Amino acid sequence: MRSLLRTLLLFLSITLLPALPARAQLTIEIVGGAGTTIPVSIVPFESEATWPLGITGIVGADLARSGLFRLVDYAGVVPRPARPEEVRVADWRARGADAIAVGSMRALADGRVEVRFALVDVTKSAVLASQVYTVAPAQFRATAHRIADVIYEKLTGAPGAFSTRIAYVTKQGPRFALQVADADGHDPQTIVSSNEPILSPRWSPDGTRIAYVSLEQKKPVVYVQSLATGGRQAVANFRGSNSAPAWSPDGRTLAVTLTRDGGSQIYLMNADGSSVRRLTQSAAIDTEAYFMPDGQSLLFTSDRGGSPQIYRMSIGSGAVERVTFEGSYNVTPRPLPDGKGIVFVRREGGRFQVATLDFATRQVQVLTQGPLDESPSVAPNGKMVIYANEQGGRGVLAAVSTDGRVKQRLSSTATDVREPAWGPLARP
Amino acid sequence: MRKFLTAAIAAAFVFLAGCASQETQPEAPIDDKGAATAPGGGGTTTSGIGGAGVGGAAGSGGVAGAGAGAAGDPRRDPKNILSKRSVYFDYDSFVVKDEFRPLVEAHARYLVANRNARMTVQGNTDERGSREYNIALGQKRADAIKRTMTLLGAQEAQIEAVSFGKEKPKNPGHDEAAWAENRRGDIIYAGE
Repeated sequence: MRSLLRTLLLFLSITLLPALPARAQLTIEIVGGAGTTIPVSIVPFESEATWPLGITGIVGADLARSGLFRLVDYAGVVPRPARPEEVRVADWRARGADAIAVGSMRALADGRVEVRFALVDVTKSAVLASQVYTVAPAQFRATAHRIADVIYEKLTGAPGAFSTRIAYVTKQGPRFALQVADADGHDPQTIVSSNEPILSPRWSPDGTRIAYVSLEQKKPVVYVQSLATGGRQAVANFRGSNSAPAWSPDGRTLAVTLTRDGGSQIYLMNADGSSVRRLTQSAAIDTEAYFMPDGQSLLFTSDRGGSPQIYRMSIGSGAVERVTFEGSYNVTPRPLPDGKGIVFVRREGGRFQVATLDFATRQVQVLTQGPLDESPSVAPNGKMVIYANEQGGRGVLAAVSTDGRVKQRLSSTATDVREPAWGPLARP
Repeated sequence: MRKFLTAAIAAAFVFLAGCASQETQPEAPIDDKGAATAPGGGGTTTSGIGGAGVGGAAGSGGVAGAGAGAAGDPRRDPKNILSKRSVYFDYDSFVVKDEFRPLVEAHARYLVANRNARMTVQGNTDERGSREYNIALGQKRADAIKRTMTLLGAQEAQIEAVSFGKEKPKNPGHDEAAWAENRRGDIIYAGE
């Protein structure tokens, strides 16, 4: 079964290759399998072959890459169904499919294309979803990701994250670049490049801006840049170091780490850099702030207890509670979207690993092996974590499901990739 | 044995750092301000990804200050301790070691004698651990050097302590020798 999946992935990657631009691009492959997978067949849409870049190949690649689905072969089913009423469930039950996606495409007079798609539950003989999209051919990829999101949500119960984007930093020779790409690595675009390091990219909740730290002024300065225009603003450029930006869930407030009053402490400011107020008051390091999804409290890293540990502070009351207790190095907290736990980095026996902590059970689950895993970022549906590690002395990205079962490797032609940040579900 | 080795390596680095300190760097601007539209420095360019992207301002590097490039500047004299600019730290330590006190004290005296002189102290860490946490650790090293100087009479306003964390390793290696070289604070005078 695994080998079939691999063959299929190989086939998909070969068929998709000609469409890829010749820029440094991430390619994603599964390197660790899940337990159970949902068998689903994605039947090529009627008339899809009319256009060089189809849709169903991308849908299938999305689903297969998630590690939660197994693509069931459609070859030999004649005629191929294009509408729910044409699906003979016995054919698909015999092939072991639980669900099947069918559809059709039709060119409109204005050059756009009408894409019809339906998802049929073969076991219950029920139509789970039925959609019509009217799009330009340039939007086929986006349409495919939306269809994959629908299939993912209908069959797993959680929203799909195939339509999201990721940001990451590449290093090519002496040049650093902050890039934004689709979640499948397609269409990478550089939004800022510099001879000095760039780190800590953070998406605004509406996906229109990215905050990041740049050392271009020979010190860390926090910038906020518009994705639409490329225009940017230094929102924190105080005396000393300015770093670790984090957006409040409403996008109005930034938390940053400043050293202007001595020591690294966390401050809040409006997203345009105005109205700076100090939040933490300690003689220790307080940094790596991240807002909880409800916006009422902040997670952060502090060495106030003697070793770096994760704490949580109520913004209203200022009350602080310690979150991590096991081990002597727990850093980089990222809340899960449901607010019930965190993803973080811990050091164990000299290895830096990505782990989860459940608030209710206090249970820590280690997701990765290390040894140099860092900068985890959680997908907005809470199902995957993208993170950076090192292979053969160069930085590479990888992803792991929050239950630890699915592992992906993201390869790039760039010499060094780091600092991944998963964008929000909202796309402007 | 290990201590001796570390000391020997550190001493070698001090020597090397002295040799390397001739290289000029653009001035790090000391701006105490919040939001402002931001031209790039360090050869930085920005762009949007929308349809009609308006490119961000392309950067000119830092403005070169009116540096004391004149002959006879003790800071440029390889025989003068002021030409030595790097302070090395032990693992997980933020204490200026005794062997580097004469260097730090010499720069403190220079600042006291030259009230118009300004410097940046850049803290650095080895490659292990969180990038942002390392920015904070590097800051602690820069702050320790700054505090040593202000206790000796240098003025707060003369020294800006900043951190590069693990982002700009002097030695790109992945062993203890590389890490020791990267746990460091560098002194850069304005105009250099």
